[in-house]
Amino acid sequence: MLLSLLAVLLLAPAHAAEIPQAEKKSGYDFMTPETKAMQDELTSNPGMLTVLDGEALWNRKTGAANRACADCHQDASNSMKGVAARYPAFDAARGRPVNLDQRINACRTERQQATPLPPESKDLLALSAYVATQSRGMPIAPPDDPRLKPFREAGEKIYELRQGQLNLSCGQCHDQNWGKKLAGATIPQAHPNGYPLYRLEWQAMGSLQRRLRNCLIGMRAEHYEFGAPEYIDLELYLMSRARGLPIETPAVRP
Amino acid sequence: MMTDPTSQRRTSRRRFIAGAGALSLALTLRPADATPESMQAAIREVLGNAKLNQGRVKIDVPPLVENGNTVPLSIAVESPMTETEHVKKIHVFNEKNPLPQVATFHLGPRSGAARVSTRIRLADTQDVVVIAEMSDGTFWTASANVIVTLAACNEDVI
Amino acid sequence: MARALINVPKTAKRGQVIEIKTLISHEMETGFRPDRVGKLIPRDIINTFVCSYNGIEVFRADLHPAIAANPFLTFTTVATESGVLDFKWTDDDGKIFAEKANIVVE
Repeated sequence: MLLSLLAVLLLAPAHAAEIPQAEKKSGYDFMTPETKAMQDELTSNPGMLTVLDGEALWNRKTGAANRACADCHQDASNSMKGVAARYPAFDAARGRPVNLDQRINACRTERQQATPLPPESKDLLALSAYVATQSRGMPIAPPDDPRLKPFREAGEKIYELRQGQLNLSCGQCHDQNWGKKLAGATIPQAHPNGYPLYRLEWQAMGSLQRRLRNCLIGMRAEHYEFGAPEYIDLELYLMSRARGLPIETPAVRP
Repeated sequence: MMTDPTSQRRTSRRRFIAGAGALSLALTLRPADATPESMQAAIREVLGNAKLNQGRVKIDVPPLVENGNTVPLSIAVESPMTETEHVKKIHVFNEKNPLPQVATFHLGPRSGAARVSTRIRLADTQDVVVIAEMSDGTFWTASANVIVTLAACNEDVI
Repeated sequence: MARALINVPKTAKRGQVIEIKTLISHEMETGFRPDRVGKLIPRDIINTFVCSYNGIEVFRADLHPAIAANPFLTFTTVATESGVLDFKWTDDDGKIFAEKANIVVE
């Protein structure tokens, strides 16, 4: 079954049109009722523990500046509303887009004069989940910033690139074969609309980069270092491809 | 949780093939008919010489789960939950995890109802057995089979 | 520090059976998983949960490694009087995580 699907994938063209807006589905739509309930009920969603950690960190003074996120941004439910729906955004200082994690770390080093939080660390996931949760239910709305265009295109190239020992592209699974089964699992459309999310497979929260790394390993391709520009470009493209889908952070996925 | 998430280890070919093999195996394996020894031994420990009756216990668990790491399980036991007639304990067992015990819930008349739920780990497709221990010394049981599917793409340990 | 999420109705009628939901952050390390060099990661789980209502135990759970990470438990109790519900989770090291919730019974 796996082999036959792989055969289909290997014969498929490497490039296909983006999924039409009306057919876009969140990974949520492919889940069992039990997993959906785990995400929907905030009192039993395990991702909420991380969001609460994030709330505590938001209000905690840190770094040489002895400043909390809240000291500048005040109430996150107001100041951070919609932010996750439009990231990654262009950072003029770096001359390239940054994602939410990078923005949080830039704030830490520049404003709080604290050390940056390591990728996939509990605290970074917590802050990022807390910020993203403020956009829960809002549609993904990538900014119309011409400076982002070349990076988005670079991301699309990676998405369409056949790579790894299986010679697969992201699009072959997620554009051409979504809804079909890969072994016992349904192939979703690969929309990043719930990160950071609680993955049952991980029994923990993880970032989009952890998920992308996981995919690349599955394709038997070389994965990038956490924070690599390739991941940011890919995220930029995935967010543009997921335009209109609601932010679900903290999402739950199998 | 596991180990250092920043490691950049690559998946070896052997690991991938092993993963793919386990995957097809998981799809073709039929649940074993015989209940493994260790679970029976664990159940005997709870029962002593008492008889095990079928019924009164209702298990709500999905018949097929997307991941065995977090399986929602709800249990309800028929009982008036009064001072004289109530559920004392609800024992949960499984067949194929490394250990047969899952949990024991202690209830009483102050529970008002015999209703509990949790999330459990199932290493493989298997039966979950629930035994309710009543205040009158009787034991009641039910079991449910859960098919566990695995993620299509294995992630290496990070 | 572990973080817990507790859901208890703020108010209830006397004699009403209320449902309580608890969720706590804990890895529930089974003791059966090897690390990267093949050595078993030592077991570290929450093995006991107790809920007391104005000092009297009303629910207890003995947990084993087959309970999923971030243990989630729901159970019921009869709303008898206004007061405090105490929640206590104990792990393998004997470390106790405690939380409380108030309830008003009319």
